[in-house]
Parts: sequence; structure tokens; C-alpha cells
Amino acid sequence: MPTDADANASSDDLDWRSAASEEEVSTRDRLAEFYRRSVREPALVAWSDNRTRAGIVILSAYVAMALVDVFGLWRDASPNQSTERLLAPFQSLKYPLGTTQSGVDLLALIIDSTPFILLMVLAGGVWATSLAVFVGTISGYKGGRVDTVITSISDFFMAVPGLPLVIVLAITLSPENPLLLGVILTINYWAGLGRSIRSQVLSIREESYVEASRTMGTGTLRIIRKDVLPNIMPYVMVNFVLAARYTIFASVGLYFIGVLPYSGQNWGVTLNNAYSQGGLFTMQALHWLLVPIVAIVGLAFGLILLSQGMDRIFNPRVRTRFSGESESVEETDDETTTGLM
Amino acid sequence: MNYYLRRTLRIPATILAVATLTFGLIRLLPGGPFTQLRIQLLQRGVPAEQVNARIEVLQNIRPDAPLWQQYIDYIIGVVQLDLGQSISLGKPVIDVLARALPWTVFLVVTSTILMFVIGVLIGALQAYYEGSRFDQFASGGSIFLMSVPYYIFAVLGLFFLAFQWGWLPTGNASARSIEAGFTVAYLKSVLYHGALPIAAFTIGGIGSTALNMRGNSIQVLGEEFVEVARLRGLSDNRIATSYVAKNAILPMYTGLLLQVGFRLGGTVVLEEIFSYPGLGYYLIQAVNANDYPLMMGCFLVITVTLVVAVYIADLTYGLIDPRISAGDSNAY
Repeated sequence: MPTDADANASSDDLDWRSAASEEEVSTRDRLAEFYRRSVREPALVAWSDNRTRAGIVILSAYVAMALVDVFGLWRDASPNQSTERLLAPFQSLKYPLGTTQSGVDLLALIIDSTPFILLMVLAGGVWATSLAVFVGTISGYKGGRVDTVITSISDFFMAVPGLPLVIVLAITLSPENPLLLGVILTINYWAGLGRSIRSQVLSIREESYVEASRTMGTGTLRIIRKDVLPNIMPYVMVNFVLAARYTIFASVGLYFIGVLPYSGQNWGVTLNNAYSQGGLFTMQALHWLLVPIVAIVGLAFGLILLSQGMDRIFNPRVRTRFSGESESVEETDDETTTGLM
Repeated sequence: MNYYLRRTLRIPATILAVATLTFGLIRLLPGGPFTQLRIQLLQRGVPAEQVNARIEVLQNIRPDAPLWQQYIDYIIGVVQLDLGQSISLGKPVIDVLARALPWTVFLVVTSTILMFVIGVLIGALQAYYEGSRFDQFASGGSIFLMSVPYYIFAVLGLFFLAFQWGWLPTGNASARSIEAGFTVAYLKSVLYHGALPIAAFTIGGIGSTALNMRGNSIQVLGEEFVEVARLRGLSDNRIATSYVAKNAILPMYTGLLLQVGFRLGGTVVLEEIFSYPGLGYYLIQAVNANDYPLMMGCFLVITVTLVVAVYIADLTYGLIDPRISAGDSNAY
């Protein structure tokens, strides 16, 4: 088998051809290597950053709340739960966050809607970013006629204002499923994002190593996967978070002004009730407004902290020194976290 | 073809496409507004044989004509600025919108300019004093501001400044007692009523603008040409304005175009909270009253405003960035 020997010889002489030497590694080693490079190191880098750490902690709290609801560990919200109306928070153990004007347990209200909100945010973020990545890489890399067509379509969607379109669609479709709602809320969010991904891909396309892959006859899909995508990944991850944030803001805003249809309670509806049923007039009702606000802001804050730290997981320069010596970046964010929570 | 000419021709094309979309929403979606309008008219006791005639008046579409005919009717109506008749207000839609549009534009333009200027200044200062206590504090603050939606500022502002302390009005664009016109009293009243919505809308955008500006400036500060300028002995002012600021702001300017779009959509929530009589306010009024002609009209006008705003920004981009000269600018 001359080819095998050749491969071995070349891998001994020239260790930059790592593709050849990988053939010798057993599956088990490869799995271990995969675990080390794709799970453990990123996790360590992520954890070494205060922002990511805070972000993960905050988001875990929301996931925990969702689990509490799914397994029914806390009572469901219903009217007249407490005889005391507008009970202030942190007054009674039975109603830790206080009650609304009709005596509904606010903590129960917040917990009840967490799974719905998380699903919706996930759907919105995944839909918006994956479509944007698809459209952006194809149109940026392919160029020519494909690019012209895709650019014109996304120009059109960029020209349509998002929230009014969602309102009109909400009237006609009445989406109550969280996944569908997430997609509708970000129905044209992908266009702008796809546009900026496209311009990034345009500059990556001119890089010498992509040029080299092309001259070697590598297929388009493989180049996009191996050379282009890793380069835009940090940007995509950050924008995934921004899209998720947009989904929260848009949905809560639209629930708040009473445009989206709803069957159960959720943070936006709670805010709307507080706002429209006299919560604005007295100081005693302030917590009724504040509790849903803290729930919304907390989730968005966790996402943004995560995205700020996420840069480092995907940034190869930081990743090589993963052992946590890169602690020097800002320590400020710890303060803001404690300030909020 | 010349870039400016091509760019200008794209406006009517986009508007036509959006008008087609609104037509599709009215006419084609199952259970869409058009069907509901029919049900609504029947429920109101309009005799069945008159329903079609009523729809024709309200929506400038002949419901019994073939689809292409309806489409042409609708587009001709839009071109003639005839958007039908508002059901709930009993006035032509275009009259309602013509009065609402200036308020929305006032809100969006003022707050976007304020947001941009304040954000850029903060970001530039942060970059200049990178790593200082001020920088750390401002970065933390920016991240926090990014996670608060603008309507939260609106609600809290309304709660404290308007309802609890009574410093600012709770709604409307001006005091009812004052006659509209270019009088000092009227303009003061407009500013007084606009202060809270504008402030809420501005604060919401400062965080991300400042963070962007900070990042860009730090990158530019590290570039060689800034070093060269320093070695040439140029004054700090010169370096700060024509070297650093210019190169840091340019990439943000394109982002601003997108921002204008999101912010125009965002006024819907803002105007509803403050009962500010702009396009968004009427859109919600129309939605709540099942007033489909008004709803579609609002949607169309908001879109056209957005298209024009982006167009203006696109053209001015060429003036700011000399690299983008006519013809080459849509290559990237």
C-alpha cells in the first residue's frame, strides 16, 4: 500500500498536514479530543469570564423557573388567591413577590409564563439567525445573479417596518403557539442581519486561504462550512442573542399594548393589566409594575451578558490561553449584575 | 445606470411591492380583514345586497370584480392617495394619516438624533479613557441599558414623573386649550408634551450606540495612521475629530439606517403608551376598532415613511464617506 506509507511518511516530515495523521487516531481518542476542544475548553473559557458566568447563572434561573412550572412545583396563578390585595413583595412567605389588585400571586404569574416566553425567544432567535446566515453566506459567497435576487428580496423586507407588520399578521393569523409567535415576531428581522453577514462574507471571500481552497477545487458548501462559517460565528452568536432580545422586547411590547392574542397570562399581559387597571395611580401598586419589568429586563440582561462573553469562546486568540489567565478584561460587570439582581 | 437614479427608481418599486403586500393581506389571507369586514358590516345590520357597495366605498375595492381588477383598483387608489374611508372615525383615511405623520416623524427624528449624539459622545470619551473608572462604569451602564426595552422607561417615566409627581403631562401631543400654529405657547406645549416620549425613546438606544462607538474608536485608535498623525505633530483636536471620530462613526452610520426602521416600528408601542396622536397610535386604534381601511393605511404610510427615511440616509451617506461615490456604493 504505497499511498498509506506515503501518508505516514509525509505526516512525519510535515506535520502541518494534520489531515493525514488523524487517520491513525482511534475513535475513542478522537471523541476525547472532540470533547476537549469543543466542550471543555470553550466551557472553561466561558466560565473564566465574569460576564458569561453571570449570564449563565441568570439564564439558568429562568430555565429553573420554567422547570418549576412544567413540574408544577409552584401553584398556578388564579384570581382571589390571597385575601390581601396589592400585597407588597417580601412581606409574606406565601406570596414572596406580593399580589395584584385581584389578589393573584405575582410569583405564580411570572413562573407560569416562563416556559412560553423561553420557547418563543428560542424560536425567534433560531429562525432569524439561521435564515440570515443561510441567506447572507449564499449571497455573499456566490455573488452574481443569486446575490442580486437575494439582495432585492431582503431590501424589500428591510423596507417593511417590523412591528406594524407583526401587528397586521397577528390580526389575521392570531398566533397563540409560542414557536409560531416567535417566528412571526422576527418575520423580517433576518433581512438586516443577512445583509451585514453578507458584507462580512464578501471580505472573507477575498482572503488568501479561501482563494487557496477555491483553486484546489474544494466545493462551495465545504468552503462555506470550513472557511467562512467559523469566521463569522462570533458575529452570528452575538446576533442570535440580539435577535432573541428583540423577540422578548417586541412580544412583551405588543402584549403590553394588547395587540397579540393571548390565552394565558404572561409578563406582557401582567404589565398591561397593571398599567390599565390603575397600577399607575398609587405607589402601593408599584411592585405590580416592577415584577414583570424585572422578569423581562433580567432575561434580556442575562442574554446580553452571555453574548458579551461569548465573543471569547469563538475568538481563537483567546481560546489558546484557555486556562483562565485572561482575567484582566473588565471586572465591572460583576458590579452591574449584583446591582440588578 | 447612475447610482442615484437607480436608487431613486427603487422607491416607487418598493412602495408598489408594499402596496401589493397590503392588498394581499386584505384580500387573500383566509379569514383576513376583508372577510372580517364583510361579517362586521352584516352584523351592523347593513343589508346583504348593500354590503359590496359599502366595502367599495370603505376600501376602494370592488368585491365582485375579478382579482386583477381589484388589484388595479387598489393600486390606482393608492397612487391617487385614496386609501379608503375610516370606519371608526368616519373620515377619509388619508386625512387622518396626514395629521398623524408629522408627530411620528417628530418623535423618531428628534430621539434618534439625540440618541446618536449622546451615544457617540459617551462612547468616544470611554474609548479615550479606556480602562478608567468612567469607562468601566459606562460600559456596565450601557450593557444594562441594552437590556431594558424603551417602553419600560416610558412606563416608569409615566408612573413617577407624570402620575406621582405631576411634573410632566400624561398624554397627547399638546395642550388642548392652545391653538395650533407657530406661536411660542404652542411650541412650548409641544415640547412639554413630547419630552417624556422622546426621553424614553432616546435612553433606550444610548447603550448600544455608546458600546458601538467605544469599540470602533478603540480599534481606530490602534491604527497606524493615527500614530502617524501624532508623529506629524497634528493637534489633538484635529486627530480626535478628523481621524478618530470620522472613522469610528462611519460604520455606525449604516447601522443607523436599520435603526430608523426599527424605531419607526417602535413608535407603535410608544405612542400608544402616551396616547400620542401619531401613526402608531392610530394603527392601534384601528386594530381595536376593527377599522381595516385605517389599519392598512397606517401600515402603508409607516412603510413609505421608512422607505423615504432610508433613502435620505442612503444619499447622505455618499456625502459623508468619500469612498462611496456614485456607482460603486452597493457593491458591499
